[in-house]
Amino acid sequence: MNAPRETLRDALSVALTVGAYGVAFGAAGIAAHFSVLQTCLFSLLTFTGASQFAAVGVMAAGGGVASAVATATMLSTRNTLYGLQMAPLVRAKGLKRVAAAQITIDESTAVALAQTTRGTHAMRTGFWVTGVGVFVFWNVFTVVGALAAQALGNPASWGLDAAVPAAFLGLLWPRLTDWYLRTVAVVSMGFALLITPALPAGLPIIASVLVAFVVGWRER
Amino acid sequence: MSVSASWTVLGATSALCFAIKLLGYFIPASWLAHPRLQRINALVPIALLSALVMAEGLVTKTHVVVDHRLAGLVAATGLLLARAPFPVVVVGAAVTSAVVWHLH
Repeated sequence: MNAPRETLRDALSVALTVGAYGVAFGAAGIAAHFSVLQTCLFSLLTFTGASQFAAVGVMAAGGGVASAVATATMLSTRNTLYGLQMAPLVRAKGLKRVAAAQITIDESTAVALAQTTRGTHAMRTGFWVTGVGVFVFWNVFTVVGALAAQALGNPASWGLDAAVPAAFLGLLWPRLTDWYLRTVAVVSMGFALLITPALPAGLPIIASVLVAFVVGWRER
Repeated sequence: MSVSASWTVLGATSALCFAIKLLGYFIPASWLAHPRLQRINALVPIALLSALVMAEGLVTKTHVVVDHRLAGLVAATGLLLARAPFPVVVVGAAVTSAVVWHLH
């Protein structure tokens, strides 16, 4: 049952670097006026980075509970597609399946799929080691970020209010792999700003999904 | 933000995001095989993250506001163009924004 050493190296290096971003989420949670406990519970229970940032970000922007939850949930729908791809590989039942579902995120799926040439066992190892590794590091670093941010005080004074949009930009950037996708991003930004004065806070974010529907309806 | 609102957001977001993950382990792959659905699903994170960048960086309540946060976003864009890693981007934006905030 020895997994290739390269697979373990891939999985652990991804887990550590991605997990370290948990500091940014910990700080974002506190900047959005969630408690340290709540911020840490987000990383433990929600455990899908972009959605966590979205939930606290929409609340910080003055949005309602429904807007925050809807934005976070829509941002996580890609995880269903990841689960579809991982299910035949993991073939877990009961509690193990629950655990597999919770660690089904961008990184665990990406590392698993990157092991394709090394065989099914390497793919399965890549999935579990990356998923559990990110889970552990992400949660540890969330605690660090939350406690540090709480000690700092006024978020604006330390630039934490700019760290959140920068984090979203950092999450968006690697997805913009061609000009078609960059155009979708710019149109979504313009659309969101345009409808901002007309809608309650939080809703322009959800409404931007319309851009995805309209553009994605036809083939590119 | 009230205490009950923050707990509701935490509870509902966690429950729904987990349900969405679990769904992938129960439904047949053919259900989501439609090309149109795949295309839209691929664009949803891009549209939402783009709108979130604007909502967090340029909006206060329901108004478009240019303030210290924009300086942070400009710094973040520059760092991303220079291929800086994620933590550097976030810290760079925070430092830039804080400097502008203190200058005002």
